[in-house]
Amino acid sequence: MEAATVKAPPPPPKPGKQPTGAVEGSATWRLTDRIGLAICWGLGLLFCAIAIAVIVYLFIQGITYLKVSMLTTPASAGFEQSETGGFSDALIGTLMVAFLGILIALPAGIAISVWLVEYGRPAALARITESTIEAIAGIPSIVLALFGTVIFSSTALAFLSRSTEGVVFGRSFFAAGAMLSLVALPLIVASVREGLNSIPRHVREASYAVGKTKAATTRRILLPTCRPQVATGAVLGLGRIIGDTAIIVVLLGATQNFGPVEGAPFPLNYLRGVGTTLTNFVYEASPTGNLNQPQKAYAAAFVLLVMVLILNAIVDVIHRRARRVGTWSS
Amino acid sequence: MEFVKPPPPPIRRLQLQDPEAATQVLPPVEGNGNGVAAAPAGSGFITARRAVSAPQFSIRRMEVDDVSIAYGDKRAVKNVSLPIRQGEVLSLIGPSGCGKTTLLRSLNRLTELTSSASLEGSIRLDDVDIRLIEPTLLRRRVTMVFQQPNPFPMSVFDNIAYVLREQGSRRARKKELEPAVHSALQRAGLFEEVKDNLKHPALKLSGGQQQRLCIARALAAEPEVLLLDEPCSALDPQSTQVIEDLIVKLRDDVAVVIVTHNLQQAYRIADHVAFMYLGDLVEYNSATALFGSPREQRTAEYVSGAFG
Repeated sequence: MEAATVKAPPPPPKPGKQPTGAVEGSATWRLTDRIGLAICWGLGLLFCAIAIAVIVYLFIQGITYLKVSMLTTPASAGFEQSETGGFSDALIGTLMVAFLGILIALPAGIAISVWLVEYGRPAALARITESTIEAIAGIPSIVLALFGTVIFSSTALAFLSRSTEGVVFGRSFFAAGAMLSLVALPLIVASVREGLNSIPRHVREASYAVGKTKAATTRRILLPTCRPQVATGAVLGLGRIIGDTAIIVVLLGATQNFGPVEGAPFPLNYLRGVGTTLTNFVYEASPTGNLNQPQKAYAAAFVLLVMVLILNAIVDVIHRRARRVGTWSS
Repeated sequence: MEFVKPPPPPIRRLQLQDPEAATQVLPPVEGNGNGVAAAPAGSGFITARRAVSAPQFSIRRMEVDDVSIAYGDKRAVKNVSLPIRQGEVLSLIGPSGCGKTTLLRSLNRLTELTSSASLEGSIRLDDVDIRLIEPTLLRRRVTMVFQQPNPFPMSVFDNIAYVLREQGSRRARKKELEPAVHSALQRAGLFEEVKDNLKHPALKLSGGQQQRLCIARALAAEPEVLLLDEPCSALDPQSTQVIEDLIVKLRDDVAVVIVTHNLQQAYRIADHVAFMYLGDLVEYNSATALFGSPREQRTAEYVSGAFG
């Protein structure tokens, strides 16, 4: 019994495998810990491999099938792939919903975060707001889309889409952009809140202590300080928006071309009209979709992937820039 | 509660020898005649000699009158009364949690940011109860420097310019603000070091420079009282000395109140010292007297390092 309680001395490190410097070697760890570490390593490498495989495969497919003409010609009906045109409408549509969605989500997200972190009273309301945003983050976008059809088909919101003889169509760039902003909102709120929370309390107080109001402090100190997090949230939100399919399929009118509303002035006729995005095009052009032209699906998916990768690169650059300004010692 | 409106009580920049100012002539300091006090006898702990001569004149600017501050039910400061004078440095000392920082923060109503805090008694600035002064105005007259150097994440110039501008406005142009910014940096003894890099990010300065920038920021508002909450606790000895010299230089223009954990520091720079313990003001006296011949047993124990 007594022998069991006595701890065995750690095995002498094997020659040649001695840890150097501050790096802790795992040679002396317990077997289970070492297995755990190996699993972590393995999973990390596995996911790297999957990501690289997707990217490389899509790059090869994309470069093979993508023609510049696809970016400039809209989709059209035809029996041969050579007759069906490209996906310029989808590309522009993606940019439009991204712009509309972020136009709504960014100011709203910043405002909600500022209220939650800087004011947050009454506390009960703040808690409810928090859980509401978490709930929105968890709602599948197809459910949001269905909900959107109900809202935007109401007569009061007829000016946001096409209506014929009093029947509101309820599908438009406005409708899709508004619902897509809900998809981006939780990401923006999470990022901006994290930014605001990372600012030490005494920095706010330093601003109050020279006679600044809370509003002035927020505008001139707090928000500029979390510019990187605001940008990160916006870019992550953009990524979600351009990647979303369900809302587009349901709320943008299941078409492959712009369908502007006649009689409305220029930008409004397109925004109130229906259209498509790259995700919708990929979905329809894939073997299960109505168009079934996988080569063009690959080409469009490649364009989509490039957009997302550029957004990720932007996030990286923002963070690197932010580090240059320095931060407070804690 | 009604504010005094229209408030702008003009910032009274008093000259110490102004004939109108009710200056108080301090009793001569016991010492070797150079204004440097002798090391107090009977305290083995304090060995540093006073670095500065005692002030000749001082004017009462703030008056803490029977003040109690509570957070909810917990009383952090109990019935404290003491004067704050321009022309001298007042140091608040005491063990952690004795209420000295709370008292300091109440002087410019920063305690009110904590919703549970409540204050009884009265604090007066030039005979006006500070609760009648609109908080943002009060906080420009009574500014504060914090324990951690906390310049804003912008350039050195903008840090000061932010204070000079109206709330969130960007109206005043850089050119117009230049003299005021330079003057604030000069008063904080930082100008010579940063004059070529005013566009440099402030957070890239050294810790001591950052803290002096914070002092410059606090001075830019042209305050009458400067509050310092352990301003040197995050700094190395050299930067500490620079800031201590600066504080002593400032005392003629602003009333200085400094909270410190460092008894030597209090002894080096303070003219009056208030010792607080568990929310009570145990003893308020001149630095020489408080460290040399404390009246209270608890003070004697604290300054000789018996507790805290």
